[in-house]
Amino acid sequence: MTTSTSLDKRLILVDKAITTYGNRKDALLEILHIAHNVYGYLDKKILLHISEKLNIPPSQVYGVATFYNYFKLKKPGSHAITFCLGTACYVKGAEEILSALEKEFNIRRGETSADGKISVFATRCVGACAMAPNVIVDDEMIGKATKEQVLEKVRKLLEGERSET
Amino acid sequence: MKPEEIQKIAETEHDLRMAYKYRINVCCSSGCLPFGAQKLLKAFEDAVKELGLEKVCKVARTGCVGTCSVAPVVLIDPGNHLYQNVKPEDVKKIVQEHIINGRVLEECVYKNEAYFSKQYRLILRNAGKIDPLRIEDYIAVGGYSALAKALTHMTPEQVIYEISLSGLRGRGGAGFPTGQKWNFVAKSTAKPKYVVANLDEGDPGVFANRTLAEADPHAIVEGMVIAAYAVGAEKGFIYIRSEYPLAIQTLKKAIEQAKSYGLLGNNILGSTLNFDIELRLGAGAFVAGEETAILSSIEGLRATPRPRPPYPAVSGLWGKPTLVNNVETLANVPLIILNGGAWFSKIGTPKCTGTKCFSLTGKVKNPGLIEVPMGITLKEIVYEIGGGVPEGRKFKAVLVGGPSGGCLPENMLSLPIDYESLTQAGAIMGSGGIVVIDDESCIVDTARFFIDFCMDESCGKCVPCRAGIPKVKEILDKIMTGEGKVEDLNVLEDLSYLIRDASLCGLGQTAPNPVLTTLKYFKQEYLTHIVERKCPAGKCVLKKVEVIKE
Repeated sequence: MTTSTSLDKRLILVDKAITTYGNRKDALLEILHIAHNVYGYLDKKILLHISEKLNIPPSQVYGVATFYNYFKLKKPGSHAITFCLGTACYVKGAEEILSALEKEFNIRRGETSADGKISVFATRCVGACAMAPNVIVDDEMIGKATKEQVLEKVRKLLEGERSET
Repeated sequence: MKPEEIQKIAETEHDLRMAYKYRINVCCSSGCLPFGAQKLLKAFEDAVKELGLEKVCKVARTGCVGTCSVAPVVLIDPGNHLYQNVKPEDVKKIVQEHIINGRVLEECVYKNEAYFSKQYRLILRNAGKIDPLRIEDYIAVGGYSALAKALTHMTPEQVIYEISLSGLRGRGGAGFPTGQKWNFVAKSTAKPKYVVANLDEGDPGVFANRTLAEADPHAIVEGMVIAAYAVGAEKGFIYIRSEYPLAIQTLKKAIEQAKSYGLLGNNILGSTLNFDIELRLGAGAFVAGEETAILSSIEGLRATPRPRPPYPAVSGLWGKPTLVNNVETLANVPLIILNGGAWFSKIGTPKCTGTKCFSLTGKVKNPGLIEVPMGITLKEIVYEIGGGVPEGRKFKAVLVGGPSGGCLPENMLSLPIDYESLTQAGAIMGSGGIVVIDDESCIVDTARFFIDFCMDESCGKCVPCRAGIPKVKEILDKIMTGEGKVEDLNVLEDLSYLIRDASLCGLGQTAPNPVLTTLKYFKQEYLTHIVERKCPAGKCVLKKVEVIKE
């Protein structure tokens, strides 16, 4: 690793975690979680670093990181809108809300808008099925969500972004 | 700590609890938190302080009561009075009327008796009644006394005997006899041995395990320690979905507290038992909940299943004997040890003992988390507990057992809930998901939704699952767009049987269930799509009929 990245505070946190786990190979998933928390996503550089530290071939680290849906491999937008598409939410019309959002903001699920402002994710069941449909905007969960409510929320978010900049 | 000390803490805590005339339990679980439960907790604390009731009334944060559709909820004891949709402005009124005037505030109280009267809350007995972040609360209601009993008065063989006698079967879905599984691991001679608690509740539409972990985490820990004693394990892992942050936090705290009380670690309760638990986070892979895939994931690998035999009981984590149990199974253990296997075996049906937690969701009036005795009928669950479908809509089907479960029609509702009956009907117990759909949902679309899920979640290791499921989806897509042919239904059926019979693990073996059951019970709706090119639910956009001139 180059000196510029080793000075990165975030990397220090990851390295600390690796040491806590005694560089154990079986802790790979835990380390990936910690790196993901710290960086917000896992890019090639950090994956290579972890591979080196745990002495696991890069192909295997990449294989694990891509196998699990939770890990993002690209930098997400500044706001995350996550749709639960579990059975209960699907039955209660989550797909319709998601399609409306895709249409209005011209963005597809799993993608980030060109300006890097919003990312839209579809996830499988957040486990709040009694309040279906559920939409998570940044860290706030909207239960029994309606189309208008979600669209309005995202519009406001984007307006806020604009007035800040 | 010595076993007698558990009793002492229980007595002290019990006295502390009794010192208060009232206890206000504010549900702070994932169901109520998004609806302002945290603010509510603060509001109750403030109101009690303001009115000078601190010595009369205890305000506690608790786990889920199960009535998630009327969140946030507050439960006031004594009397088990449940208040629904409580807003911060209601708080003073409730305290004034209930605590000071001693009258139930009728306008805010939950009136749906049927929701609870048909339930049998065994696993969830503490849910909503104790503070999950305080081990003392758990001890006060008899927690860890089963562990003390096992360690001081029973041999590991006796523990396994009681579990076998109870008739307890795996709650993860397959229903394998728990006592038998424990026996296999106990008989394996290789060391070290491991205990894995499976909390990878990946089925969309299911949140029973999460609720248990958030409401009563120590029941899981205690069950694991007893299991470790019975099978001779030294190390345990709780594998939990990363999508459950509150449950993770609650379990972390529970493990820490158990350690500091000497209920985990070396020489537990003065015995020779050494056992520790580590928490492992999943990362959004449905297949990781499979009994062997979970082992790969804990080892830091891709969560792909392994062929069985060898079973995990012989060769599990790092090739060593491993006991893999669902957390709901483990939470039953302390109760069985305390009350005896014979007592437990009388609950439910003779072949299927005990209770089962279900997440009841979809188009029902009262969705939420329920616990019912085995043998209860689907009708009682959907109509009496769930209140049936909301007015103006018509019941169409009930999906039992998650994405690889079955889709059962109205005339199957008298089916009793037990492993055999459900399997015979083409569904599975799964991890306990019951989703009701009404006439707004299209049957083909529903089957496709589940197949799409299983396609996404297939790990890709074996061909029937990896290549077969996309083929099934392709045919369903054709039918939904109006390009299906009647012959497709035969192909669909054959392909489904092939995937079921030839796949390596439970994911592939059960993935075709929704297709097979919808074909069996709702064939007409498929035919309407194909022959009449119509979707009765109005969900699918079918291509117009092209008139071919001859």
